[in-house]
Amino acid sequence: MAELKPGEQIPELRATPDKYLTVRYAGASGDFNPIHIDEEFAKAVGLPGRILHGLWTMALLARAQTEAAGGAARLKRLKVQFRGMGLPEHEVVVTGTVRELTDHGTALIDTVAEQDGNQIIRNAEAEIEI
Amino acid sequence: MPVNTKAIGKTYEPVTYAVGREKIREYARAVGETDPVCMDLDAARAAGYADLLAPPMFAVVYSAPAVGPPIFDPEIELNFAMMVHGGQEFEWGEPVVAGDEISITASVKDISEADGRGYYVFESISTNQRGEQVCRGTWTNIVRGV
Repeated sequence: MAELKPGEQIPELRATPDKYLTVRYAGASGDFNPIHIDEEFAKAVGLPGRILHGLWTMALLARAQTEAAGGAARLKRLKVQFRGMGLPEHEVVVTGTVRELTDHGTALIDTVAEQDGNQIIRNAEAEIEI
Repeated sequence: MPVNTKAIGKTYEPVTYAVGREKIREYARAVGETDPVCMDLDAARAAGYADLLAPPMFAVVYSAPAVGPPIFDPEIELNFAMMVHGGQEFEWGEPVVAGDEISITASVKDISEADGRGYYVFESISTNQRGEQVCRGTWTNIVRGV
């Protein structure tokens, strides 16, 4: 478990969604919007190709917090803004910095998810039990 | 055309979701979950859970059937083709484990307009079979060109 002090970074989480990740996530989540699973459809509506589900990227960002906190049950709150779009087969990097420790045993973390240098989740705030 | 704000405050019929053990495993694999209490029954029980623990973002799986109806509610007149998911917040309460029955109630928290965009904010309140709140979700959808 990471040391959580104001100003310290949580351990960076890196993951590269493979070519078929969006298909598995569609099945797991129930979100079958074709922009995530159908290359031709995605291109026909002006996207560069199939894009990641924003909520998958949010789950990756959530996992960076729970791994720092030491367990999946320790995430109490997570608020994110989605920007741009994520692509399969490109690495996603989640970073976060402890903003403050509260007097009720939690830490507030400022966190983002980036891909190819672009923030695809920005201004995210997490609260974890410590 | 201004956004239609009549539906602010509207609440929808609750939806029930039964949490399955293999659904938790399938979701945990798709998001790369590493906490063994989400995949290994012995680890979950050793940690004091009755069954596999749902990862926090599994809230998406049980909430989604409840937030669909407001998005497609003709009274709201949300242009789905121009919609993007702008923001999301979850606040978690009691843990969710396989075997739980979750009841989810969605409502329209706010509808507003700024700079030619419509902002549609829906809330989902999820409780378990004991009436304990397990999650509150705030879903912000942005519609371009309103």
